[in-house]
Amino acid sequence: MPKDHGIGASQKRREDVRFLTGAGNYTDDINVHGQAYVHFLRSDMAHGKINNIDTSAAEGMPGVVRIFTGKDFEGVGGLPCGWQVTDKHGEPMKEPAHPVLAQGKVRHVGDPIAAVVADSLEQARTAAEAIVLDIEELPAVVDMAKALEAGSTKVHDDLADNLCYDWQFGTDTETTDAAFKNAAHVTTLELVNNRLVANPMEPRVAVGDYSRANDEHTLYTTSQNPHVIRLLMGAFVLGIPEHKLRVVAPDVGGGFGTKIFHYAEEAFCTFAAKACNRPVKWTSTRSEAFMSDAHGRDHVTKIELALDKDNNFIGVRTDTMANMGAYLSTFSSSVPTWLHGTLMAGNYKTPAVQVNVKAVFTNTVPVDAYRGAGRPEATFQLERVIDKAARELGVDPVQLRRQNFITSFPYETPVAVAYDTGDYHATMDKMEELMDIPGFAARRAESEKNGKLRGMGINCFIEACGIAPSNLVGQLGARAGLYDAATVRVNATGSISVMVGAHSHGQGHETVFPQVVAEMLGIDESMVDIVHGDTSKIPFGMGTYGSRSLAVCGSAMVRATEKIINKAKKIAGHLLEASDSDIELKDGQFTVAGTDKSVAWGDVTLAAYVPHNYPLEDIEPGLEETAFYDPANFTYPAGAYACEVEVDPDTGKVTIEKFVSADDFGNVVNPMIVEGQVHGGIAQGIGQALLENCAYDENGQLLSASYMDYAMPRADDIPHMASYVVDHSCQTPCTHNPLGVKGCGEAGAIGSPPTVVNAVIDALHSGGHTHVNHIDMPVSPSRVWAAINGQ
Amino acid sequence: MTKVTMTVNGKTVSGEVKGNTLLTEFLREDLRLTGTHVGCDTSQCGACVVHVNGEAVKSCTMFAAEADGAEVKTVEGMANADGSLSVIQQAFQDYHGLQCGFCTPGMVMSAAALLKDNPKPTEAEVRDYLEGNICRCTGYHNIVRAIMAASGQDVPAVAAE
Repeated sequence: MPKDHGIGASQKRREDVRFLTGAGNYTDDINVHGQAYVHFLRSDMAHGKINNIDTSAAEGMPGVVRIFTGKDFEGVGGLPCGWQVTDKHGEPMKEPAHPVLAQGKVRHVGDPIAAVVADSLEQARTAAEAIVLDIEELPAVVDMAKALEAGSTKVHDDLADNLCYDWQFGTDTETTDAAFKNAAHVTTLELVNNRLVANPMEPRVAVGDYSRANDEHTLYTTSQNPHVIRLLMGAFVLGIPEHKLRVVAPDVGGGFGTKIFHYAEEAFCTFAAKACNRPVKWTSTRSEAFMSDAHGRDHVTKIELALDKDNNFIGVRTDTMANMGAYLSTFSSSVPTWLHGTLMAGNYKTPAVQVNVKAVFTNTVPVDAYRGAGRPEATFQLERVIDKAARELGVDPVQLRRQNFITSFPYETPVAVAYDTGDYHATMDKMEELMDIPGFAARRAESEKNGKLRGMGINCFIEACGIAPSNLVGQLGARAGLYDAATVRVNATGSISVMVGAHSHGQGHETVFPQVVAEMLGIDESMVDIVHGDTSKIPFGMGTYGSRSLAVCGSAMVRATEKIINKAKKIAGHLLEASDSDIELKDGQFTVAGTDKSVAWGDVTLAAYVPHNYPLEDIEPGLEETAFYDPANFTYPAGAYACEVEVDPDTGKVTIEKFVSADDFGNVVNPMIVEGQVHGGIAQGIGQALLENCAYDENGQLLSASYMDYAMPRADDIPHMASYVVDHSCQTPCTHNPLGVKGCGEAGAIGSPPTVVNAVIDALHSGGHTHVNHIDMPVSPSRVWAAINGQ
Repeated sequence: MTKVTMTVNGKTVSGEVKGNTLLTEFLREDLRLTGTHVGCDTSQCGACVVHVNGEAVKSCTMFAAEADGAEVKTVEGMANADGSLSVIQQAFQDYHGLQCGFCTPGMVMSAAALLKDNPKPTEAEVRDYLEGNICRCTGYHNIVRAIMAASGQDVPAVAAE
C-alpha cells in the first residue's frame, strides 16, 4: 500500500491550485507604482567597433526618461565569473571584462549597446530606433577551431588570443599513453554536443526599485537563486551592501540552469531605478531571450577508448573544445571542467582517464550551465564511443558495459571524485526487464514490414549532484561556498514556516519539503509552509541547480528540525517533570518513555512562547532554529536507459517508439514529483537528440532566434504512455546526507541523448547502412537522409 | 484610443485601448488578469490561450479592439462557481500535469476547447491538438494523462494497451 502522507507519499502539489486558477505571482505580474520601462538596443552584428552612439535625437522623444550607454557604467564593475579555472600550466583562466552595456566593442548578436528608459515600453522602443549608431563591423569568429588558429580575429583585443584556458585533468599523460599502447583495440569518435537554448517558458524579467527613504534597493527577478544574485550584483557589480539590497524571485516559470546566472539586465534595472528615481521594469521578449539568455552545451570532442583483449576498458582520453561565447557567464568556466571532466569515468572502472579541454571565446552568446551542465556532454561522448566499440568488436553493448561496471563502493575514480554508493547492475537489470529485450526482434520485424528500420539504443550514466562540498569546490576554483540553509520557525500554536535557501520553479518544494518536516514531527503537513525566493525573508542559501535542493537544502532543513525536536523535548520534559532524555516524540505527542504521561505538540509550542511554566534558567523561550548544511560529498545518481526508434529510410525521419528509464535516485520523498522531473528531463534530452539546435551562420548571425526556427519538443514528439516507463525502484541511499537522497532533476536530460542516437545508429546498421558510425545531434531527417545516402 | 466593451469571465468590462493593443495586454495590464501569460512573440507557445466566443484563441495574436462585444474566458474564469477546481483543473493537479505553471493557463484553456469539440479524444488526438502549446517542464506525459482523465477515460487502462 503506498503511503498517503509523509516521506514516500505522492502528495498532490499544493502550489498547483494557484497556478491552475491564474493566481500565480510571476515577476512580470509585478508592477511597481510609477514604474518606467526599459528597452535594450542590442547589437545586430556579431562583432564591431563602437565609434559613436548618438542619442541626442532619441533623448527628446516623447516619454523618454533617460538613455544609458556603456559610458554610464564605466564606474561600476563588470559581470563576474564565479569560478576560476587554473590551466594545465598553472595559470589562471583569461577573464575578460563583461560590461553591463557594451564598451568599445560589441561581441555578439544581442550584446546590449544602449538602454532607453521611458514612460511606456512602446515609447522606449520607438526612441531606441532614433539612436544613431556608428559601429564598424569586424570579422566575426564563430567556429572554435578557427578561433584558435594563429592570427584569428580576437574577441577581446586585450587578450593574446581566443583561448580562455587549456585544461588537463585526470590520469597523467605517460600512464594514459601506456594504456593506449597496450590496448588490443582502440575506438575513436569525433562528435559535437550541439548548442542549445534552455527556453524556460517564462522569459526573464527584472524590476528594479529604489527607496530614497532608507537607501534600499529591491530587485524582483526571474532567478533560481536570489541570494546568489544579491551577492554577485551587490558585491561585484554595483557595490551595494547586502543589508541595502533585497532580491525577490517570486513564482518563476522554469529555469533549467539559465536563470542561475547574474545578467546585465538585472544590474541595469537596479542601477537605473536609483539613477532615474523611478522603478524600472524589463520584460524579455522570446526573441531577446534567444540572444541574451546564456546558451548551453556546444562542445566539439574527440574521444578515444582503449580496451584490452578481454574487452576491459583500460583507458579513456578526450580532447574537447568548449565554447564560452563572447564573455564568461557566471558559472561558464566550471561546466566543461569540473562538471564534465570529473564525470568521464562514467559507471566504469577504467583505470586511466585523461580529459583535455580548451575553452574558447567566440562572437556568440555566452554559454553556461543548462540542465545537466557538463554531465550530459561527458555521458554523450563516453556512451557513444562504448556503443561504437561494441559494434566494432561485435559484442553485446549491454554485456560490454556490464563487464566494466564499478561494483564496489566507495570507489575513487581517476578523475577526482569518490562515488559513495550505487548498483549499476540493478538499474541495468530493471531496464532490461522493462524494455522487453527478447521481444525486440519481433518488433523490428514488424517495423520492417512497414518499410521502417527499427533500432534499440541503451545507455548508462552517472551524475555528480547535490552540489556541492564547499571545501572541495573551493580547491577546484569556486569563488563561493555551496552549502544551503533553512530556518524552521515554529509558531505559538504549532504551525511552522520553513524559510529555505532553495528556490522552487517547478520542482514542488512547497509540497515536498513539508512532507519531510511533518513526518519528523508527526504532525499534519498542512501545518507546515515553505517560504522561499526573498532574501529579506530567507537565510543565506545558494539556491536551486545541480539537483541539489533536497540533498543540500533539505538536509539543512532536517538538521534545523532536529534542533527543534531537541529543544521541544526539553520543554516537554519540564512540563512532564521528567528528564528530557526520557521523552519520546511520536505522532505529534511527547511521551515519557514507558508511561502514559504525555503532552501534545501544540502544548509544547505554546509553552515556548507563553513561558509561564518554563525552564527559563536552562533554555530561552521561543522555538526557531536555523541550520546550514555543507555536504560531505557530491551525490551520485545513476541509471540505465533504453529506447527504440523507427527510422523512415526514405525521409530520414526518426520517431521514438519506446522509452524506458531505470534510475537510482536513492530515497524518494514524493514519487509523483520525481517521475515528473524525469519526464521533463527526457523530453529535453529527446529535444537535443532529434530537434533542437541553436545555429549561427559563419558571420555570427543567430539563425534560430524564435520558435519558428528553434524546434522545441511538442507533445507528439514524445512516446505514447503505453510505451514509456520511468522507474526509480532501484534505490541505493546516499550514504552521507540525512535523507539518503541523491537528486533527480537532471537525470533525464543526461541519460536520454546518447540513448536516442545509439538507437538511430542501430536502426541504420540493421538496414545495411553500416558505413554510418555517427550522426551529430540533432539527428534531423535531413542529417539521417544524408548519412544513409553517403552525403 | 477606442472604447471596447466585452464580457470577461461573465463580467462586463470596458476600457480605452489603442488600435495596436493586444488582447493579452488588455487582459494582463488593464484588467490585471495576469493568469494569461506571454511566452513568445511568434504565436507559437500557447501560454496566452483564452476563449473568445467559445473558441480557443492565442490572445497575443488578436487586438483588444477585435474582441469588442465578445465573450472572453480566461483561466481565472475556469473554476467551478463555488471556487473549487473544475474537472480539467482537478485532473491537472491529480496527474501532476504542471510544474512551473507558466504554460498551464494555456494548456487548461486548450484542453477545455479540445474536450468541448471532442469529448473522448484518443491519446494521439490529444497530442496532435497540443501542437500549439509548448511546455518545457513536464515532457507532456502528465498533461496528456490529465486531459485523458478529464475526458472520463481510464488512464491506466489506456497506458496498459
